[in-house]
Amino acid sequence: MTLAPETTDLKVELALDGDWFAVCDLSMLLPGRGVAALLPDGRQAAIFRDRSGELFAVDNRDPFTGAAVLSRGLTGTHQGRPFVASPLLKQRFDLMSGQCLDDETVRVTAYEARAA
Amino acid sequence: MTATLGANPTIVLVGHGMVGQRFLEALAERGLTATHRVVVLCEEPRPAYDRVQLTSYFSGRTPEDLSMTDMGFIKDHGIELHVGDPAESVDREARRVTARSGLVVDYDVLVLATGSYPFVPPVPGKDAEGCFVYRTIEDLLAIEEYAKKARVGAVVGGGLLGLEAAGALKGLGLTSHIVEFAPRLMPVQVDDGGGAALLRTIEDMGLSVHTGVGTQEVVVGEDGSVTGMKLSDGSELATDLVVFSAGVRPRDQLARDCGLTVGERGGITVDEQCRTVSDPHVFAIGECALAADGRVYGLVAPGYEQAETAAATIASDEASFTGADLSTKLKLLGVDVASFGDAHGTAEDCLDVVYSDSRAGLYKKLVIGRDGTLLGGILVGDAEAYGTLKAFTGSVPPVAPESLVLPAGAGESVRLGPSALPDDAIICSCHNVSKGAIRGAVTDHRCTTVPEVKKCTKAGTGCGSCVKVLGQLVNAELEASGVEVDKGLCGCFSQTREELYEIVLALRINSYQDLLDRYGREQARGGDGCEVCKPTVGSIIASLAPAIGASGYVLDGEQAALQDTNDHFLANLQKNGSYSVVPRIPGGEIAPEKLIVIGEIARDFGLYTKITGGQRIDMFGARVEQLPLIWARLVDAGFESGHAYGKSLRTVKSCVGQTWCRYGVQDSVRMAIDLELRYRGLRSPHKLKSAVSGCQRECAEAQSKDFGVIATASGWNLYVGGNGGATPRHADLLAQDLSDAELVRLIDRFLMFYIRTADRLERTSTWLERIPGGLDHVRDVVVHDSLGICDELEQLMRAHVAHYRDEWAETVNDPEKLARFVSFVNAPDTPDPVVAFVPERDQMKPDLPLLSIGMRPAADVLEGSAQR
Ligand code: SRM
Ligand SMILES: Cc1cc2nc3c(=O)[nH]c(=O)nc-3n(C[C@H](O)[C@H](O)[C@H](O)COP(=O)(O)OP(=O)(O)OC[C@H]3O[C@@H](n4cnc5c(N)ncnc54)[C@H](O)[C@@H]3O)c2cc1C
Ligand code: SF4
Ligand code: FES
Repeated sequence: MTLAPETTDLKVELALDGDWFAVCDLSMLLPGRGVAALLPDGRQAAIFRDRSGELFAVDNRDPFTGAAVLSRGLTGTHQGRPFVASPLLKQRFDLMSGQCLDDETVRVTAYEARAA
Repeated sequence: MTATLGANPTIVLVGHGMVGQRFLEALAERGLTATHRVVVLCEEPRPAYDRVQLTSYFSGRTPEDLSMTDMGFIKDHGIELHVGDPAESVDREARRVTARSGLVVDYDVLVLATGSYPFVPPVPGKDAEGCFVYRTIEDLLAIEEYAKKARVGAVVGGGLLGLEAAGALKGLGLTSHIVEFAPRLMPVQVDDGGGAALLRTIEDMGLSVHTGVGTQEVVVGEDGSVTGMKLSDGSELATDLVVFSAGVRPRDQLARDCGLTVGERGGITVDEQCRTVSDPHVFAIGECALAADGRVYGLVAPGYEQAETAAATIASDEASFTGADLSTKLKLLGVDVASFGDAHGTAEDCLDVVYSDSRAGLYKKLVIGRDGTLLGGILVGDAEAYGTLKAFTGSVPPVAPESLVLPAGAGESVRLGPSALPDDAIICSCHNVSKGAIRGAVTDHRCTTVPEVKKCTKAGTGCGSCVKVLGQLVNAELEASGVEVDKGLCGCFSQTREELYEIVLALRINSYQDLLDRYGREQARGGDGCEVCKPTVGSIIASLAPAIGASGYVLDGEQAALQDTNDHFLANLQKNGSYSVVPRIPGGEIAPEKLIVIGEIARDFGLYTKITGGQRIDMFGARVEQLPLIWARLVDAGFESGHAYGKSLRTVKSCVGQTWCRYGVQDSVRMAIDLELRYRGLRSPHKLKSAVSGCQRECAEAQSKDFGVIATASGWNLYVGGNGGATPRHADLLAQDLSDAELVRLIDRFLMFYIRTADRLERTSTWLERIPGGLDHVRDVVVHDSLGICDELEQLMRAHVAHYRDEWAETVNDPEKLARFVSFVNAPDTPDPVVAFVPERDQMKPDLPLLSIGMRPAADVLEGSAQR
């Protein structure tokens, strides 16, 4: 059983400065895992797809270690909201807001993402 | 008690053995250490240790592990402990003790706890070099040292201690003999039937038993050391080493010298309060005391009771010691022997119920009174029911006695749960803890785990034979009092890992989502799970893949999404986002050609190389997009994944062994390679490590491994549950002198049983400490097949071995999988700029400052950083 929409031709897009920036084919995204994308200004985004097909994106840089690895973390659901756990020291980040769930003073940038 | 004016009254304890230490604890519990000065004279070079567990030194427990003395306790209670300074004389008139060092202490109360000394029969040659006794850690150290140059050892005496000593000699690699004067082994504890069953099992283990013969003389060679023994039947036994274990005698010399009354056959005569009959200021407790019932007790539990009694009396509480039970349970080389109550059926009109199967080495006898009361019994070969039966002794058990001794599965057999026991039944006889006290620990003191209950009641901290019953009681009590202990794996599953394993196996569920939606907690169903249960379930599915019809390739389909980052990229993530690469080098053996390949690859990709602690080579600093290129070359050269990233088999270290080493007795390298190839790729609750040493010098450090193998002259010894890391633990000996096939079969079973029952991220060491029944239970299951699951365990392992494929070979041949090995999905050729390196000691290291630059606001991120 999968609720994922038909994947052919659909592109993953991020909202950047009011524009939609196309990243890759939706089929590149495995439910429950992330990919990293290089943004035009040199920043990196980590993009995830959950099992229902919804897309999320946050900054790829792990603020605790400086390494650009959040896209490689494991995802999950915490109190109904999606999160990713950093693969280095395991802090979790809310994928909708970028808020760190284990340290309220830390937050990463969250991007709006869609399949179009 | 009279006190010296202006000072606290003084209690002097002579002898800091097991009972002495218990006495100090009893003083502290009664507040007497606050009101008294307490001085302890300890003869041995170390404070009190667990003599009962002495033999476990040979299976890896260190003298420190055996210690029973918490120095914090001694300090906190202001106890003056003089180690290595025995009492030499007592002046009862002046109430003064003089120690060897010249220390003089005036006492108000003197407590003698001097224990026993081993009795050495007065045979010629008894003092020759190579003759030993078996009582203290020093004795063991001396035996161990001497055994290095010995081949054969003989133990005089086939009682409980003699058997332990013989087992220890065998463990040291000696051919072992037991010479017992009585017509059977353990004459005190077991009857003829039990002796026969025991004899058979002991002989099957390769120990030679000579019963019904006495030792007449120790034969001494020209250099003054032992060469043999003359026996009473005229025969001579060649041996390099003799251990006398012919009984113990109370150490009452100090008491005799100061005129205290001693018994005809020794022992300081005391009354029911443990006060000497000659002097109200002097007490005697433990093995040196002749109790009011006319017996000298050679067991620790009665000694503990005496210690409590003496402390209570000193505190002017009422207490008395009128006698104790002589129940014992011994585990020698895996054979259970237990006797309890009136084991020999001395009561009038009593009946025996006997079950015996000498082929299987089983003998069980219950002594039943006329009215059906259980009076005592003997169990040889299977003492599972010991705890329960002992507790029922003195009452009429609620089921027919014969059903209690029949083996499981023989139709009539009944297992009596501890819930059937009355509250006053003694569960732990070492510490005299009743079932009621254990229930109280759970209900009144809110203990929720066995370790907590142990701490609270002391139950289970002596010989350990009651721990199993203890575990059952604690659980039953927790459930009864409705304590809801959430044993669930995480917020998504209310089941434990073990339960999830059973569900996955039984229902052949090979999808995580399926498991979550059907068996997850209500609120977690339909969701995305979490970082705890995904890898756990991923690991269960991988362990069981062939049996449940899942793919054996961890990156297939949904499985890919469950793996931890390291498994997902089949490499170990480093602090700057680069990866390390570890090819498998089975047993640490590597041909020069392959070494060159590794060198070339590392050079070509600019990797940092290091020899790991696991006898192989790690290449660090690979960017994610380099991983497939590196592995394509490694696979080409015949390398496979080393699973350095997985919760799976890491390395099987080896020593060079018999092939080269002058001491080696087996081919340890070959065995290490065989084991590494057999278990490679096996996913488990935590990583698995192993090692094989070619002799007991143990150069491969096998006793620090999850399963470690040490060669013996006749095969292999298997140790399990070892650990280095944060909480090191020496492995326990599981079985001895195994053939190659037996070794592999036991490891198969052991690993599969561990995978089945361990918690997530629980190494075998913590698992072994946690599971009810501990090592004994694991041995019962994997060696004696007590649960009847060994066939299934072996089958699961065979399936794993048959389906193993190298996951890196599979990955480099799968273009779809390779697509994920990029830094950026939208710029596959651009390397991650944060991954950069700077030189160090002829190699390179991560550019760490770059990582902190990376944490500044985005705009000035990458300026000036070196790229490779
Ligand atoms: C590379 C190596 C150190 C070295 O330079 O020698 C190493 C490196 C790591 N060890 Fe280790 N350990 C290495 C040998 C050991 C040993 C020695 C041994 O195996 O004989 C031990 C102690 C033995 C033991 O495990 O009982 C060891 C005890 C640990 C522990 C503590 C485990 C424990 O039970 O307490 C961890 C942490 C863990 O697993 O939770 C750990 C974890 C790690 C990790 C995986 C930490 C991590 O997640 O990043 C390190 C990364 C490896 C990498 O990137 O390749 N490593 N580690 C060794 C690799 C051996 C190999 O060839 O596979
Ligand atoms: C190998 C082995 C296995 C055993 N297994 C079991 C078992 O399974 N179950 C069981 O119940 N019992 C067992 N026992 C017996 C148990 O160890 C003893 O019953 C217990 O240790 C007695 O305690 P204790 O304090 O009276 O004597 P000990 O523990 O012997 O302590 C007496 C101490 O007093 C010291 N001492 C003597 N004279 C002086 C002096 N003048 N000044 C200062 N110090 C002095 C001695 O050096 C010694 O350290 C076993 C014993 C051995 C050796
Ligand atoms: S363990 Fe024994 S066989 Fe192996 S290298 Fe060391 S001494 Fe030699
Ligand atoms: S009976 Fe020995 S520890 Fe409980």
